[in-house]
Parts: sequence; structure tokens; C-alpha cells
Amino acid sequence: MSAFLQHTFDGLVSGAFLALLALGLSVIFGMLRVVNFAHGAFYMLGAVGAYLLLTEFGVPFWWALLIVPLALGVLGMGVERALVHPLARLDPLYNFLLTFGLTLVLQDLVKMRYGTQSSPYGTPALLVGTVDFGLFDFPAYRVFVLVFAVVACVAVWWLLGHTRIGMVVRAATERPELTRALGIDVGRWVTPVFGFGIALAGLAGVLAAPMRAVNPLMGADLVIVVFAVVVIGGLGSIFGSVAAGFGIGLVQAWGESYLDRWPIVAQTSVFVIMAIVLLWRPAGLFGREEAPA
Amino acid sequence: MRKPSLVRAATGAPRWVRWTLLAAGLAVAVWLPNGLYAAVAVDILCWALFAVAVDLLLGFTGLLSFGHAAFWGTSAYASGLVAIHAGVPFPVAVLAGALAAAALAVPIGYLAVRRTGIYFAMVTLAFAQLIYYVANNQRGLTGGENGLQSVPRELFGLDLTDAYYFYYAALPIVLLGLWAAWRIVNSPFGRVLVGIRDNPARARALGYPVHRYKLLAFVLSAFLAGLGGGLFAMAHRFVTLDTLHWTTSGKAVVMVVLGGIGTLWGGVLGAGLLVRLEDWLSFAGFESVGLVTGGLFVVVVLVFRRGLWGTAADLLRRRFHLRR
Repeated sequence: MSAFLQHTFDGLVSGAFLALLALGLSVIFGMLRVVNFAHGAFYMLGAVGAYLLLTEFGVPFWWALLIVPLALGVLGMGVERALVHPLARLDPLYNFLLTFGLTLVLQDLVKMRYGTQSSPYGTPALLVGTVDFGLFDFPAYRVFVLVFAVVACVAVWWLLGHTRIGMVVRAATERPELTRALGIDVGRWVTPVFGFGIALAGLAGVLAAPMRAVNPLMGADLVIVVFAVVVIGGLGSIFGSVAAGFGIGLVQAWGESYLDRWPIVAQTSVFVIMAIVLLWRPAGLFGREEAPA
Repeated sequence: MRKPSLVRAATGAPRWVRWTLLAAGLAVAVWLPNGLYAAVAVDILCWALFAVAVDLLLGFTGLLSFGHAAFWGTSAYASGLVAIHAGVPFPVAVLAGALAAAALAVPIGYLAVRRTGIYFAMVTLAFAQLIYYVANNQRGLTGGENGLQSVPRELFGLDLTDAYYFYYAALPIVLLGLWAAWRIVNSPFGRVLVGIRDNPARARALGYPVHRYKLLAFVLSAFLAGLGGGLFAMAHRFVTLDTLHWTTSGKAVVMVVLGGIGTLWGGVLGAGLLVRLEDWLSFAGFESVGLVTGGLFVVVVLVFRRGLWGTAADLLRRRFHLRR
């Protein structure tokens, strides 16, 4: 039983990363119709940023958790203005391709400066050790990540549900033409929303730094898993992305532990689930079928 | 929002222009290994076929496959394995590889064509990654990280060890593949594909089984990409996991966009330029190839979307006052 709880907990933690990334991707897609291929690269920049702040300037984890997402959010807004915006009226494929090119550039820039080997990033002193839950104990840092990610997801959900910007995002996601027709200037919100999505990716990166190897390619394959997650949850569906993120995290962790003789099962389960979902509900579990464009 | 069409209908340039271009293209193809390292020339051949296969889907069916490495790489492994274990002439091994790629494209395409546009790109990408993990896992078959070593290159006892001679052995296969792509695009089937691309609802209303057409286009494209991938395996005599990685899919798309989406021959041009550029960069000792290709791609997408062939064709049209 305690082994099962252990695997479940690990699954929820890795699901938290998937959920945070899928959430940012969905928020950006909802408002801009942009599938941001560079989302994994920004996640990587988050981790590398935290690492740099610590090694070059001695800035501890807690400050990095604040500074890095803010800096990446600003960078994201710049990227939106300079690169994404000029393509806004064209086929969304062009923005997908643009962010693919951007991914190669960002990865190689980091690679040029810091090489490809992984760098360790210590666990913040406050969170070393384990938390005892009576029957079982979990590493304190992972508990923190899980709680933090859940709080972040709930906060975003609340923002979208109860604030003006949330109303605009939801309206623009569901009925873009009508939203414009009602005189709401959707364009004004586009840049900050893109920056916000990037900041979420950066936040996930900072959270990952003490747990996962920090290197230029850490986001490269992850972003494809996240794509599969949002296809399962329904791209643009906030709830779907988060639920699918945690769900896939759980499935992968259980697969890794109970089918450990076939590691391939855990690696590919997300894609197999995606295939099944496509057969059964092509728009994703929580997505709505879009009008054919 | 009306989307600007990715391509215009092909309206014929004057007959003599087309024949001159074809003759010039063939002349360049025959001369190429004399002007470049033969090994680079062979790479250009393989990638050209890959790029044209991607454009067949992207430019003429309106489907951006971002997972075509699955077919290129699967064929590379399958051709390599057939060559190693069956010792057949290399074109047979390449054909077997392309057939394997086409067979793999049936289930992937069946699932992927249920989504369009950007979703299609994500779904194909995800399935390609699935194939990548499987290949990485089946070390007994694929050699895992070490790759598939010493692929033989047999052709009725002919000595093809020199890349220069292999180029001329591979050229007919590539030309055949390019001709097939041209035939597909300029057939009634190709017209239906363009119709589906421009207005799927109308195509459906006219009674065309849209999904089935898309699936067939997907499988044909995978077959052509497979031909290129199989030749690539023969050319290098080994196969690595890189052939299945998503950056490989992306590279083919870069070539298409660089050459011009929906121009068919633009992909050949894009392949030539990109392979040459990468070779030149690595020769100059510059390791961050992605920085250059990625940056180039960003610029092309932003300001030069019609690509080289598309821009040239436009100038030509204006010169001859052709309708678009």
C-alpha cells in the first residue's frame, strides 16, 4: 500500500510539471491561436535562469522563483510583439513554424554558452529532508512542488473565472468574432497573455531545476509529451489540460513502477492514450469540436 | 477569418520555359557531384525527395506533418535491415523500406486526419515521437544509441564504395520519385487534394470522401519520404536514431518553406541550400548549426514566406503577364 502511495505521489509530482506546461500552452492557444513550439525551450530557460542566478550572482532559489518567471514573461511579451504578432492574420501554421525555429535558436544559444552537460542545482536548504505524513514520508521539496503547482493551477483557474481579463480570454477563446463585435479590444490582451503563458513555463522550469538535470535539451522532448497531453485534454480547455497533465503523470509513474520490465510502456503510454482519445473523441476529452476552418 | 491560401493553382508557364527549366534541372542533377563533394550531393538527393514528400502534403493537401521523420527513419532502418539480412541489390532494400514507411503511415494517418491544421501537426509529431521511443527501446533490432552499423550497398557486384558512383546509382530512383510526385500533383487525384485544401466543406458536399483522400495522400507522401530515407541509409551505410528525431521532421519542413510551400520543386532547392549550408558550417568548425538554421527559418517565415521558388515563379509570372 505504501509503495502504491509512493508511486502515486511521484506521478502527481511529474504530472504537476505537465499540467503547468499544458496550462500555459492552452492559455496562449486560447487567446492567440498559437501553438507555441518554443514552450519547452522557455521551460528550459527557466531552469537555466535559476541556475545562472545562483552560480553567477548567488541569488537563492526563492528569489529565482520570483525573478525568473517575471523576466521570462517580459521576454515573452517582447517575442510576441516582435515575432508572433506580425503573423497573427496568417494561417496558424506559420506561428507554429516560427516557434519551432525559435526553439532551435534558444537551445543552441544556451548550448554555445554552457555546453550540453547537465548541471546540478541543489535543493533549497529549507526543503531538504522529508515530510512525515504518519504512514509514509515524502521528500519535502517534491511536496512543495506539488502544492505550489496545484495552487498555481487553481490561481489561474480563478483568474480566468473571476476577473475581467479572464472573461476576455474565455470569450475570445470561445467566440473570437463575437467578442470583437461586442467592442472588446481583444488585441490589447494578446501580448500580456502570451507573456503570462511563457512565465508559467518559466515557473515550471525553476521548479524543475532542483529535481531534474539542468541542460539545454531538457525541454526538447518534454514539449512533445505536453502536446500529446493537450490533445488528450482538448487544446484550449484549461481544465482539460490540467486534468490530462496530472492524469498522464500518474499513468506514467504507475507504468514505470508496475511494468518496470517494459520501460517502453511508461514512455509511450501518453501517445497510446492520445491515439485512443483521437479514435473516441477527436476534439479531446474536454475539448469542443471546432468549426472546420 | 479567411486564410490566405498557401499556394496558388499551378498555371502553366509557356511551354518553352518549362522545358528549359526541366533541361536545366536535369543538367544540374547530372553535373552536381562534379561541383560538390559527392557525399554532400548524395545527401541533397535524399533530402530533396523528403522535402518534396512533405510539400505534397503541406502545399497540396494543406496538412503540415511535423512527424515525417517517422517515415524517413523507419524506412532507413527497414532498408538497412533488409540490406544486412537479405543481401539484395540496394534499390530493392530501399523499396522495401519505403513500403514499410507507407505501411506505418496507414494507422498514423488514419488517426491524424481526424484533426486538421495545427492539431494535425501536433498529432503527427506525437506519433513520430512514439516511433522514436520504440526504436530507442528495441536495441536488438536497431542498435539503440549505437545505431545500425555497416549497411551493405550491393548492386549486382558493381563497385559503389565511392560516393561519386553511388550518386549516379541513386539519381534514377530520386528522379523517379520526383516524377511520381509531379504526376500525383497534376492528376485528377491531385486536383481533388487541392480542392480539399482550399475548401474541405465544399469537397465534402461534392461527395468526395475527404478523410480517405487525405489518408491516401499521407500514405503516398510517407512512401516518397521513405524512398529518401532508405537511400539516406544506403548513402551513409549506417542508421542512427537521429533519423527518427523531431528535429529531422523540422528540417524537412524548413527546406519546404525555404524553397516555397506548394511549389513542389522549391523543396528540391531548399534541400540543396540547407544541406550545403550545414556542410559549409560544419566544415568551418561552427557547431551551432541549429542557431543558423533556426534563425534562417524565423527570418524566412517572417519576411520571405513564399520562399525562393515561390518568389521566382511570381517574378516570372509578372514578366510573362500570366494569370495567377
